[in-house]
Amino acid sequence: MIGPALLLGLVPVAAVDFDRLFSTLVDSATLGSIYALIALGYTMVYGILKLLNFAHGDVFMIGAYIGLGILHLFGGAADPSISIWLVLAIMVIAAMVGCAVVGVTIERFAYRPLRTAPRIAPLISALGVSFFLQYSVQLLFTGQHRTYDTFLMDGGRLFESVIAWGPLDVSLLRLIVIVSTAGLMLILWWIVSRTRMGKAMRATAVDRDAAAMMGIDVDRIIVFTFVLGSALAGAGGVLFAMRSDVYPQMGFIVGLAGFVAAVIGGIGSVPGAMLGGYLLGLIESVTQTYITTQWSNLVIFSVLIVFMLVRPQGLLGRPDIRKV
Amino acid sequence: MGSHFDDELTSPVEGAREAAAAEGPASPAVGRDEWVARHGERRLRRGGPLGTLEERLRRVPWWAWLTLFVVLFALLPVGVTDAYWRRVAFDTVLFMMLALGLNVVVGWGGLLDLGYLMFYGFGAFTYANLRSDQFDLHLPTLLVIAIAVVGGALLGILVGLPSRRLSGDYLAIVTLFAYQIFISILIGGDDIFGVDLTGGVNGILKVDPLSFFGHSIPVSKEGGEFNVAYLYVALVFFTLLFVALRLVDRSRTGRAWRSLREDSLAAQLMGMPVPWLKLMAFSFGAAVAALTGTLLVSLNGSVFPGNFDLTLLITIYAMMILGGLGSQAGAVLGAILITVLLELLREPSNSRYIFYAVLVLGLVAVLRVSVRLAVVAGGVILLGVLIRVVVDLVDSSWTGSAPDGSGWLGDLLARWVVEPDSVAPWLKSTAYISLIALALLLTTLRGWTRLAVLVPVLYLATFVWENVLAVQPEVTRYILLGALLVVVMIVRPNGLLGEKRVEIV
Repeated sequence: MIGPALLLGLVPVAAVDFDRLFSTLVDSATLGSIYALIALGYTMVYGILKLLNFAHGDVFMIGAYIGLGILHLFGGAADPSISIWLVLAIMVIAAMVGCAVVGVTIERFAYRPLRTAPRIAPLISALGVSFFLQYSVQLLFTGQHRTYDTFLMDGGRLFESVIAWGPLDVSLLRLIVIVSTAGLMLILWWIVSRTRMGKAMRATAVDRDAAAMMGIDVDRIIVFTFVLGSALAGAGGVLFAMRSDVYPQMGFIVGLAGFVAAVIGGIGSVPGAMLGGYLLGLIESVTQTYITTQWSNLVIFSVLIVFMLVRPQGLLGRPDIRKV
Repeated sequence: MGSHFDDELTSPVEGAREAAAAEGPASPAVGRDEWVARHGERRLRRGGPLGTLEERLRRVPWWAWLTLFVVLFALLPVGVTDAYWRRVAFDTVLFMMLALGLNVVVGWGGLLDLGYLMFYGFGAFTYANLRSDQFDLHLPTLLVIAIAVVGGALLGILVGLPSRRLSGDYLAIVTLFAYQIFISILIGGDDIFGVDLTGGVNGILKVDPLSFFGHSIPVSKEGGEFNVAYLYVALVFFTLLFVALRLVDRSRTGRAWRSLREDSLAAQLMGMPVPWLKLMAFSFGAAVAALTGTLLVSLNGSVFPGNFDLTLLITIYAMMILGGLGSQAGAVLGAILITVLLELLREPSNSRYIFYAVLVLGLVAVLRVSVRLAVVAGGVILLGVLIRVVVDLVDSSWTGSAPDGSGWLGDLLARWVVEPDSVAPWLKSTAYISLIALALLLTTLRGWTRLAVLVPVLYLATFVWENVLAVQPEVTRYILLGALLVVVMIVRPNGLLGEKRVEIV
């Protein structure tokens, strides 16, 4: 809503410089992919548990660290013992599995005992988990910034442009991020809308008690939701770390962005989270390229507060109707 | 006709008057709900001399407790001559104030405010701008504090305005966004249309100390030691604040907040101005935080955007949660416990005593003094000796170094726990992660399997503590805070002194 409007207003300016416009668009798609992956985890958990899982960003961070560990296990970016493409695939899969385990553990031990508690209790528990994970990683791996050394992978081929069509110029790395995210989201969409498990998830999200009465094992559905959400965050962690640093606090900043994306799209709505992710990527890239770098946070969060006031249910969310 | 029905509706249930007369003057005047609610509590009360003592203590009025507490706190510098610990006492008072303020918003209002530090920062930067060379303004201290408090309250209303439309989680989100905006203003604030408001990342330096009626209070005495006068000033502000909040809690507004927290919809139906009450809660909390911010910067003499990061917010939340949501005494107790704990954890030799004391106390609390306790304790000691002997045979460098720090406990441990010269990263992470996994597993076990798992877990805990956690106290402190939040929420959601139920509106 706001993103396109912003963009429309800038078209006359941008018309002069197509290269810049296209690179901004590609950039926003790359960024937006990661945000969408994280937003999905927030939104699915919120849909089912009505819980803002503050620890989700830290699960994402752990995914990035698992990727780093696998990379080192196979001898590092410059000289891996097997093909670097295979290593990358293993990194993503290991991060997804590892994060799923972490996510399920968090649910089992920090949230499940509070299922019937007042709503502030799991929120505070989530803050505690977030803090615990962040500093545990700092304890074990120090707070130092690390990288995947992506530019060393396969002699820097990841940064070569694979699509050079007029002003459009996309590097292999960006293409990988955009395409694999799209693939993961397709799989998720298929699970949620076409399988029995997905059907049960949607039913639980609408009304947990009614779903339980229909014979749905709600606990199992909740665990499944955490598996899906955390696995996506793990994949997002590896993909994100291909292009930036890995450090214990990264989960907070990127997690906040994913969270914002979920809110824009309508928290609780799966297509909304995808839309919100890309939209936030667009808003962020456009703001940074065309308006201001220093005040980009200020602009983004101000827009968000206004947006929340005008449309608290988000773009695709249903308005919250309270039963009395 | 109206009067007839009114009579019927307001007249008490049959026999209620007699029952109330039998109860004596202490019985509630309206309704029986409170009496019913308290009935269980009365039955739980202990008999015997201990019960009598408890009953006596319960009857001591709150202001007597407060006076006792403040007097004891004021006498603290007599016993504590170390400047460092005096400074810690000052910080503790600030934390007590912050926890009291947060308690108004979260504990009483039931509003999850994640932007609380914004108001703390606002107070600090207001003081720094109005009493420094920044604009060459040196306004009187009390005026500046008044400006900060009023400004903070107004800012609280501004940030709370979305609460008119949003509730619960959405409000938490908006406060978090507002906090992010505030942080980016602080960092980019050295050039707002050419005006330097915050000094950017470099902050504002050389801020004037407190000064009352023309008498400036130096920050440090000769030799650079912490000036105790600041502790007393903070204590005066704390006392005023505590009393003021106590009166607010007892007032019409305080009772309205409680009803709002329990069920905002019901409160609205009863004709309460819910949006206005929420704004009031926000602005009260904000004003307290702003006041505390001025005190902080007056002693520090400088202020930076980094002073207001989320770590601090979590710390204040932990204080309030540990003490008990909704309880003023709880907020104070939580602030003291957490500050002292965090300070003691800085030193490996101090933190060791705390760690083992907590371990032993926890064991005794769970297992009681029983055969099982003896089995577990004996098992752990035996396991340690066995492992040490085996490890010594394999590689003697693993038992070579002594734990950091000394004291009788350190000497004792040096002969028991395995302490390699250098811990390989893989061993560190394996030990730490398996400790967490086993500890979590332990919570799901019952009976003898639990005891069987408990022995290796305890041994592993000492190993991890000596080799991993005690080595990095700065990080360990925050890991423990995070774990504390989760554990308190699960084991005792109402904290040490809190009220039973707190619901987000």
